[in-house]
Amino acid sequence: MYALPAAPPPAPRRQLFVGTALACAAATTFFGGLIALFVRFRQEALSVTEGEWKPAAAKVPEVPTNVMLLAFLFIGIFAQWAVYAARRQHKGGTALALGLVALLGIAVLNSQAFVYRQMGLGLGDGTYQTMFYVVTGAFVALLIAGLVFTVVAAFRYLGGRTSEREIISAHAMYWYFLSAMYVVLWFVVYVTK
Amino acid sequence: MTTIDPHVTGAGVDHVDAHSGERADGLLASVADWITTTDHKKIGRLFIGSSLLLLLGVAALGVLLGIERIDATDAMLDAGAMPQLFSLYRLVLTFGVVVPFGLGLALTIVPLQLGARSLAFPRLAAAGFWAWLLGTGMVIGSIVANGGPGGGDEHMVQLFLVSMALAVVGLVAAAGSIAVSVLTTRAPGMNMRRVPLFSWSALVYALGLLLALPVLFGVLVLLFVDHRNGRSTFGGNVGIAGWLRVSASQPATVLYAVPVFGLLLETVATATRKRLPMRGVGLIGIGLVGTALFAGVAQVDAGLSRDLIDLELGDALREIVPYAVLNALPLLGGVVVLLVFLLAAAGRPRIQSPLLFSFFGAGMVLVGLLGNAVYHVGDAQLAGTVFEEGAWIYVSYGTVIALLGGVVYWGPKIWGRSIADKKVLPLALLGVLATILASLPYYIAGFADQLGDTAAYPDYSGPSELWNTLVAVGHGLMALTVLAFVGLAVQSFTKGERAGDDPWDGQTLEWATSSPAPADNFADVHVISSAEPLLDLKPARSEGAA
Repeated sequence: MYALPAAPPPAPRRQLFVGTALACAAATTFFGGLIALFVRFRQEALSVTEGEWKPAAAKVPEVPTNVMLLAFLFIGIFAQWAVYAARRQHKGGTALALGLVALLGIAVLNSQAFVYRQMGLGLGDGTYQTMFYVVTGAFVALLIAGLVFTVVAAFRYLGGRTSEREIISAHAMYWYFLSAMYVVLWFVVYVTK
Repeated sequence: MTTIDPHVTGAGVDHVDAHSGERADGLLASVADWITTTDHKKIGRLFIGSSLLLLLGVAALGVLLGIERIDATDAMLDAGAMPQLFSLYRLVLTFGVVVPFGLGLALTIVPLQLGARSLAFPRLAAAGFWAWLLGTGMVIGSIVANGGPGGGDEHMVQLFLVSMALAVVGLVAAAGSIAVSVLTTRAPGMNMRRVPLFSWSALVYALGLLLALPVLFGVLVLLFVDHRNGRSTFGGNVGIAGWLRVSASQPATVLYAVPVFGLLLETVATATRKRLPMRGVGLIGIGLVGTALFAGVAQVDAGLSRDLIDLELGDALREIVPYAVLNALPLLGGVVVLLVFLLAAAGRPRIQSPLLFSFFGAGMVLVGLLGNAVYHVGDAQLAGTVFEEGAWIYVSYGTVIALLGGVVYWGPKIWGRSIADKKVLPLALLGVLATILASLPYYIAGFADQLGDTAAYPDYSGPSELWNTLVAVGHGLMALTVLAFVGLAVQSFTKGERAGDDPWDGQTLEWATSSPAPADNFADVHVISSAEPLLDLKPARSEGAA
């Protein structure tokens, strides 16, 4: 055995934060790939003379989709508020901020369900319908993962592990990522359709 | 708590009786221990062992397909099953053997090289292994039951897609664990420039997988939804093979060979007992090979058209730039690593079996990279021929050979015993012969227009029977190589000569702990002040001796 110099315990290196960042990067290529295929199929459908992509009868309800965009703006603010409060050991503020993130996340989920109901599309009715549900469904799955993350972060932090602020920062980063993804989704699927 | 803290509780520690400190006895306890383990060395070994078993099956399938191709007019196997068999062969060799083998070796060794007590997120890595194993098992089962690409059973086709997605998720989970480990659990003093070469290649590899495989997962989700709803946007069951092919063919598969180049530089540095010259250039070279990830992310296969010379500059650049990024950059990276290797080899390395395995393996991968660059040149007129299959086999089998060298190299650290050089060296040569026989004839047959991924091909001017016979023999030899290697490894690692803590006169931190490494790797956290911390302690023996 070699006599290498021993070291004192090193400072924590934010494994959860780095892990979340890598998970966000992986989810970006996953979601990006789906969006790219949506755009590709749309381009192919519209390149044919009198080609149809989105069924004429299917109207995108603009109010809920725009409200969702606004909700993500506030989610970002509240997630960062949680980080701010946690840094100051302000348990009440952290709890309130995380609660608001969860509340708005559920509201977004509800809005998405409303959009599905309003559009009334069948999953297997056509290429647009399939692509629409897969792209928005993938986002819903990521959103649900975000809500689980919020609940876990809240339980851990409020359960007394207030020194573990890293999870609050990682949580905020994940919601920023979701917000960015929604902006892309909103523009490609709901605006340019 | 981080994984390099001095006291580890739970994660990364083997299942040991809390009171007596003795390992629980009994077969059942042992099985339970392996199933629930969070020890990175065990998770890595599970990956390695499973992928080697799968390799035996794949090589046997390669023999069958080779025999089937000897006579294009006489079918031995069911002609309707051929697309499924070719898909099984390609997907299992790529995602059942090459990728998990590299991940397994990285999971086993990287934390030791970093001076860490355990892996980051070990439970994630363990879950990744079981997801991959279950997914791969169901992929094989579903294809056997008439599912998979081109399959006739609707439910089995869907099961194949779900299983494939599960396997991909498992691989991504393990890759994530490795990447986070390299980024966060390095010993004090080990900045990114001092990361051991194999760990650096493992980081490039893991990040590449993390970015490329989720795109494949997205494609699988779309294929499943499309198929489940009776749609044919993606070409139905017949179209599945085309959509999955990009991730399991050149140049995307070059990414899966990245650890080979880290291993090559690591073993040559050890064999010369000197610091690796131009180490930074070597790190850049490994990174350049990793640019093959763009093919997996973009899901494209960029080539140069035949009329390139007649195109306007703008149009020509639109072909040249993607070609250069997807095909030429990884090749350039491989050449850079080779040059660093040659520079190091000028220091008269000792001939050791790990060095030969990794040298031969990397050589095969480089021939595959070169073949890939040629395949995508339009004037070569190789599109759709077996030439691509030849390049893919070069890369895949080359990777396997090099990684077998990794098992020989780090075996003492894992099992505490070593394989005798004289016994294992012939297997390196046999592996190279097998790879060349299984690949090179397809390079020639490709120029003679033998079609790829099918047993039926038009009669061409050339000894088609000879080429296809040689390929079948090559796959058979590879199966033999793996079988002999596994037998020798089991014998040596259970009853072989006990190895010392540093049997190769190594340079990196894994050789500073006992052999086999204890459950939590190191008694103390070490401080390092160079990329070769052990060489700092033995300058007289190493640099002076050279």
